[in-house]
Amino acid sequence: MPEDTGRPHVQSEPPPPIRGTGHTYASVTDKISAITLSRRTPRGWLIGFGVAFLVVMVLLLAITYLLAVGVGIWGINMPVAWGFAIVNFVWWIGIGHAGTLISAILLLMRQQWRTSINRFAEAMTLFAVACAGLFPVLHLGRPWFFYWLIPYPNTMDIWPQFRSPLVWDFFAVSTYGTVSLLFWYIGLIPDFATLRDRSQSPMGRVIYGMLAMGWRGAARHWHRYEIAYLLLAGLATPLVVSVHSIVSFDFAVALLPGWHSTIFPPYFVAGAIFSGFAMVLTIAIPVRAIYHLEEFITMQHLRNMALIILTTGLIVGYGYLMEAFTALYSGNDYEIFTLYNRLFGPYAPLYWLMLGCNVLAPQVLWFRRARGSVPLLFVIALIVNVGMWLERFTIVVTSLHRDFLPSSWGMYYPTVWDWATFVGTIGLFVALLFLFLRFLPMISIFEMRELVAETASGEGT
Amino acid sequence: MQSLPTPPNLSLYGLVAEFATSEALLEATHCARRAGYRYLEAYTPFPVEGLAEALDFHRTSLPLVVLLGGIIGGLGAYFFQYWVNVVHYPLNVGGRPLHSWPAFIPVTFEMTILIAALAAVLGMLALNGLPMPYHPLFNVPRFALATRDRFFLCIEARDPKFDRTETRRFLESVAAYEVFEVEP
Repeated sequence: MPEDTGRPHVQSEPPPPIRGTGHTYASVTDKISAITLSRRTPRGWLIGFGVAFLVVMVLLLAITYLLAVGVGIWGINMPVAWGFAIVNFVWWIGIGHAGTLISAILLLMRQQWRTSINRFAEAMTLFAVACAGLFPVLHLGRPWFFYWLIPYPNTMDIWPQFRSPLVWDFFAVSTYGTVSLLFWYIGLIPDFATLRDRSQSPMGRVIYGMLAMGWRGAARHWHRYEIAYLLLAGLATPLVVSVHSIVSFDFAVALLPGWHSTIFPPYFVAGAIFSGFAMVLTIAIPVRAIYHLEEFITMQHLRNMALIILTTGLIVGYGYLMEAFTALYSGNDYEIFTLYNRLFGPYAPLYWLMLGCNVLAPQVLWFRRARGSVPLLFVIALIVNVGMWLERFTIVVTSLHRDFLPSSWGMYYPTVWDWATFVGTIGLFVALLFLFLRFLPMISIFEMRELVAETASGEGT
Repeated sequence: MQSLPTPPNLSLYGLVAEFATSEALLEATHCARRAGYRYLEAYTPFPVEGLAEALDFHRTSLPLVVLLGGIIGGLGAYFFQYWVNVVHYPLNVGGRPLHSWPAFIPVTFEMTILIAALAAVLGMLALNGLPMPYHPLFNVPRFALATRDRFFLCIEARDPKFDRTETRRFLESVAAYEVFEVEP
């Protein structure tokens, strides 16, 4: 990259993706906003959203039945009282983490390739947190009292237990949801202004105008805006690490063999990034094909994400190894038995499948040709999504179903309502994504213009 | 005669000039500062480096607002937990200390981040004077391109040096694409 030498800040590999495509401020603006502003809704969108919407109806049915009858409709009982609800909660919240990572950490590290994927990765975060948040609330037994988690002066004259990881969890997840929403919205304000100014329909002008809050791109506003955005990124970075650490405290603070381990926080955070990037790839690959965004979401993006999946996958593999080592090295009968039970017990096939999905499958990405193959990346992303779900299932269920006292051992089998709730949240996630793709700019328009400007000045035009 | 200071200005918010590139806008802004104009604002489709400095806008209190938000959030959350567990509802569980500070850290941390983030966003909007449903510049049809590919420099009528014809001539002299009058 010899043309990079004259640039003000050192830009290491990879180069800005927009380079050499001949795009201008106007053309990037028009191309991205046209997806949102076009009056015709594509047939494929209607079908996709329709299917997702039907699955949301399944979710509503499952929730309604749950509220009417109680958590007994799920497969949970003693000793496995957590089951799918917590498995899915951890899975979804982990998926969200990649969005924050892309938008905050890569921003602080000046990784410009993040620009064309950060917006929808942030949207993915938001929707994943929405799905995640449902599960602990539904699992409460009496979900309509969930607000008891909020410390407010009440007639019962009691407070939440601030020493409990479950209350930490509530604070962590609600803070995470709020900060993700703020981050997403603040990034959208200049783009709302673009849509307001380009919308042909009076309705669009009014709605986007209200959302833009009167943004007009004044230099003083931009100055404060950039500071606010950078500070928010700086705040979101430790936040994203803390959220999954606190989620892991739900397990690590308990005394159960297999859970009571100091490796949990870092291992959970790595797993979260791992599964999150897999989900970003799962979404990005079809979206770029359907909307013809190959110029913006380039092979370079996919390759970089593949490398992050490979790296975090190795960390996750190290986590599995250390878990086994700690159990063996502890000399504690219960810890050793939990390990043995994971490897050879009734749920052993799931454990081995998990190892295959999370440790073995990503090793393909060592090969440059594998990283350059879009279908293969898509398949690996799906495998990792499944593998990370299996990991959470293994952690939750195998530790619970056989703990200290053999007389209280039991098995856990999910019921049809467990599955309906889980599949329902996938439907909710997909339906929200469809709405997002149709009504909001899926790529940050003003940051793409900035990229065009930087690329142009770098090439000395 | 003294009671009527430059009446034509009252019917005008200012003059806005359109530029095709950020470099031209930056150059024009420097020229306008040198020419003695003080009530200036530049409008761009993306943040342009050096433009705020060219407008003599260096310091913003936003970082301080965020810092204060974080401090208030953190101290507030910690001492609230202290008050709940030690003062208002002390509960002796197996003789463990009431002021068990390590267990208070997660909530303290989360609230620090939450209040600081809220301060960053709300502070940015408040300092920028947003939301602002009406602004005179929206009366200029070409100004819609400020969110697409055009760069604008506005010299406001309240500037002591502002003069309808003189300022227009000045803006045209700094290679403006076109100059528009902005109705208030």
